Amino acid sequence: MSATLEEILAQALQELAAANDLQALDQIRVQYLGKKGAFTLQMKQLGKLDPDQRRTAGQSINTVKANFQQTLEQRKSALQQAELDARLASETIDVTLPGRGQSVAGLHPVTLTLRRIAKIFASVGFKVEEGPEIEDDYHNFAALNIPSHHPARAMHDTFYFDAHTLLRTHTSPVQVRAMEKYQPPLKVIAPGRVYRCDSDVTHTPMFHQVEGFLVDENVSFADLKGVVYEFLRAFFEKDIQVRFRPSYFPFTEPSAEVDIECVMCDGNGCRVCSHTGWLEVMGCGMIHPEVFKSVNIDTEEFTGFAFGMGVERLAMLRYGINDLRLFFENDLKFLEQFN
Amino acid sequence: MQFSEAWLRELVNPALDTQALVEQITMAGLEVDSVNPAAADFSGVVVGQVVSVVAHPDADKLRICKVEVGESEPLQIVCGASNVGEGLKIPAALIGAVLPGDFKVKKSKLRGELSFGMLCSEKELGLAADADGLMELAEDAPVGTDIRDYLALNDQIIEVDLTPNRADCLSVEGVAREVALLNDMQFIVPAVEAVAVEHQETLSVKVSAPEACPRYLGRLIKGVNPTAEPPVWMQERLRRSGLRSLGPVVDVTNYVLLEMGQPLHAFDAAKLSGGIEVRMAHADETLNLLNDQEIKANTATLVIADADKALALAGVMGGSESAVSDSTKDIFLGCAFFNPSFMMGKARYYGLHTDSSHRFERGVDAELQIRAIERATRLVIEIAGGSAGVITAAVAEEYLPQRPAVTLREQRIKRILGVALAAAEVEGILQRLGMAVVKDAEGWQVTPPGFRFDIGIEADLIEELGRVFGYNNLPQSSLLMRSALSQAPEAVLEIDQIKDLLVGRDYQEAITYSFVDEELQKMLVPDDTYIKLQNPISSELAVMRTTLWCGLLQAAAYNTKRQHTRVRLFEAGQRFLGTDVAQQEKMLAGIAQGTAIPEQWGEKARKVDFYDVKADVEAICALTGKEVQFIAAKHSALHPGQSAEIKTKDGQSLGSVGMLHPTLEKQLGFDNNVFLFELSQAVLLEKNVPAFNSLSKFPSVRRDLALLLEEQVSFQQVKSCIDDCQEKLIQEVKVFDIYRGQGVEQGYKSIALALIMQDATQTLTDSEIDAIVNRVLDALSNKLSAKLRD
Repeated sequence: MSATLEEILAQALQELAAANDLQALDQIRVQYLGKKGAFTLQMKQLGKLDPDQRRTAGQSINTVKANFQQTLEQRKSALQQAELDARLASETIDVTLPGRGQSVAGLHPVTLTLRRIAKIFASVGFKVEEGPEIEDDYHNFAALNIPSHHPARAMHDTFYFDAHTLLRTHTSPVQVRAMEKYQPPLKVIAPGRVYRCDSDVTHTPMFHQVEGFLVDENVSFADLKGVVYEFLRAFFEKDIQVRFRPSYFPFTEPSAEVDIECVMCDGNGCRVCSHTGWLEVMGCGMIHPEVFKSVNIDTEEFTGFAFGMGVERLAMLRYGINDLRLFFENDLKFLEQFN
Repeated sequence: MQFSEAWLRELVNPALDTQALVEQITMAGLEVDSVNPAAADFSGVVVGQVVSVVAHPDADKLRICKVEVGESEPLQIVCGASNVGEGLKIPAALIGAVLPGDFKVKKSKLRGELSFGMLCSEKELGLAADADGLMELAEDAPVGTDIRDYLALNDQIIEVDLTPNRADCLSVEGVAREVALLNDMQFIVPAVEAVAVEHQETLSVKVSAPEACPRYLGRLIKGVNPTAEPPVWMQERLRRSGLRSLGPVVDVTNYVLLEMGQPLHAFDAAKLSGGIEVRMAHADETLNLLNDQEIKANTATLVIADADKALALAGVMGGSESAVSDSTKDIFLGCAFFNPSFMMGKARYYGLHTDSSHRFERGVDAELQIRAIERATRLVIEIAGGSAGVITAAVAEEYLPQRPAVTLREQRIKRILGVALAAAEVEGILQRLGMAVVKDAEGWQVTPPGFRFDIGIEADLIEELGRVFGYNNLPQSSLLMRSALSQAPEAVLEIDQIKDLLVGRDYQEAITYSFVDEELQKMLVPDDTYIKLQNPISSELAVMRTTLWCGLLQAAAYNTKRQHTRVRLFEAGQRFLGTDVAQQEKMLAGIAQGTAIPEQWGEKARKVDFYDVKADVEAICALTGKEVQFIAAKHSALHPGQSAEIKTKDGQSLGSVGMLHPTLEKQLGFDNNVFLFELSQAVLLEKNVPAFNSLSKFPSVRRDLALLLEEQVSFQQVKSCIDDCQEKLIQEVKVFDIYRGQGVEQGYKSIALALIMQDATQTLTDSEIDAIVNRVLDALSNKLSAKLRD
């Protein structure tokens, strides 16, 4: 006498419960539901029964089969979940280890400063112009109203190649070159390297300046004050006090030095500002009629202003750098601080 | 220019404290550099007189002095100074005195002898940086008076950094004039009464160069005592202006220079032969100057000479042979006006810079000479005695500076300053500045005073108006200028983009000097012509670089010596092949040394090699959308087998890339291979503007070929050979493997290529593909003897 349906089911469920992986589960499925499976054989035997018994027996088999299949599915999803859990557990890593690959470097603080200056001026339409670093004395001096032997030349310690060729001592010659090339209206900034024959704690023989100038029909000292004031507030991202002090440059008149409230001590007085509360940050003025004359711009039609600033000086104030010489030593420990 | 505040206040005394005064003149354009007390803090020091000196019984160098200090009894004070002597008047610090540096004077015993105070030197009182012996006071110094009162030390020394245009403020009177105008006060130049002439003797004065010296005044003062002690007040004023007392005559000329701004010179009359001549120097004429320097003058130099020879460099420095000395009896006082245009640059030419040249170059008031010589005469006679002779004058009126009126237009003031000043205000300011003002239709005719050499055009007057009105009182406007849309040229790549790319590829930006060491320059590129600075700051910064590698190699070496085993730097800047504008070329260069990627876990450390740096260069070129070729080429600084010239498709040279030559690597102190690249920005930054090609809807096909090639055949040759076949359907040629070893004969290599083919109009058939591949293979076989590897 063969086993009863209930006995087969009980056996099958026991086997399902014992199965530990999906493969074993599939074998059990075949064993019971395959072509020669236990439930399949039961179904095949139905034909031998009379119709009434066949219906009852068939219903019984189907119930048992459904029971088996449901348990099989449950078991299968449980095993799948366990398998996934095991994989996830085995694939868990230490996410705190550093990432791999190339690292990223950074720009020189002079470049960072130049970019910010250019960006601020570009926002109101100033265009960037550049000029040669080896200049002739005409563009560096004479065209800027500094004739030979003028005492102002003594203020510029100049590197010479010959009597008339030199390393530019400021970016102002770009002003002359731009005005030779273009007609007003002009809104230009000229960043670049400049050179002075001077080297000590507060001077390097090479440094950077940004020259800026604007020429149009009705430009006044009031416009200059406005531009300089707004620039300095934008650059330092602070509502700092700004003052204009009469000064002298041969290529501007009136000329002014611009002082800002010391950014290190908020104007209270400290070592950086020599306890004055003020820091000198740039020179500026209305373009001198002699300069306009040298580039054939009619001073009755046009007026203009110009300003010039030291980039390293601004970078030092912005980032709190206390030694100018660091800029050109290219020590990675210094450079990487700006990355 | 530095001066005593008390001296200034004697001339003009506004109701401002020191700080407010200093702020006021700074904001008027006379920038105050420093304000320092005339003497350091000290107290309890009085004028003392030594009444007796005896040797100390137990010390060779000490003396026991009795010093009268105005008290009932003289004090016993032990002193070690060598110049102590009976009758000498000195500063005596009493018990309880506090000297500079918080030094308290107490009753003490020096080798057994009691001392009730201390006799002081100038150094101990903080009046001089050093001193040899006690400070000797004048014979008439009142004993017992507090030394601070006697020397009027409760004063400040104000130092003003004057701009070259403000020669008018190179004197205390000049500063006083400025202070008066800023405070709307009266300043009347103190009158100088003419000295009574006591004899008629004189020297002849001849000016042979009147255009350079339109006015020369001379006067003989006979019978002066050159060793007379100048008064304390004068010595102290000189000291506070940074000048030492050098005897009565020199002190007086210095004093008048500080007081009025007029340099004078005194000759020892006995040393002069014949009269005085002001002339241009003869060629190579030699002069012995006061500072013991011997110069050879050129013919553009003005000198003061006697009948025999040049004596003094006019307006710069006197000569040593005719100088006043302790044996001088009669002096000849010279007082001149020299035209600034003749003085500019002269002192500098001879490596000199004096108080006198500083003033004459910038301009001395041409009307000042008579007042100055009378003032100096009076002071000399007051201090050192003597009798004044007549003044001999040589004046060429036609060469004296003319002060033509300057036109000032009312509308121009508003146009430049941005504010319309009231006519009364304009006139008021100009008049306070000493200008003669006449109204006309459009504004004014303004005549500047003789001491304002800097006023010659309308803009000069407008600057003065702005300055006196106050820059900070002028309006400030917001940017309201014509604007134009800015350009965005797409065919130009911005260097900033390349910099950002290099930063992303771990190159740190450096900025190195444009001038470099000549040896290094020659070592790297011996064939480049470089240019030298005439006046370099040092031999390390002497010639202009022809390659940015000079600075980058030094910066890299600097860092590798400081525990950085991996250094990657780049720089953008100019190189200089000559002085012409066109020979100053903007470059971009980089250096890489150490591992290819930073040391890290999970990746085997690998040293950077040629192909890593080439990939960086290719990435830069990719930004421009430009096709470039790398051609094996030698470079003096690079390894001959690992260096390439980079060229654009049309043959322009873009730059070089390669490994630093092993010899240089060693010489420069590297212990790792160093890779370098340098590119011309002008070529690099020309960008291709993208042009659209329609997309193919048909699939692409890939065919892989393993080619056997002789070792010396470069990939570039293979690539060019395939390109030359002009197979338009080949979209891309990729190398995916290089193999040498088993199965490949010695001297050969196997290059595995993938050809990617695609047609825009159809799907390629096998026979079409085979035909293309066969044509390529034929070409490779014919030109490069390539074989297909089995």
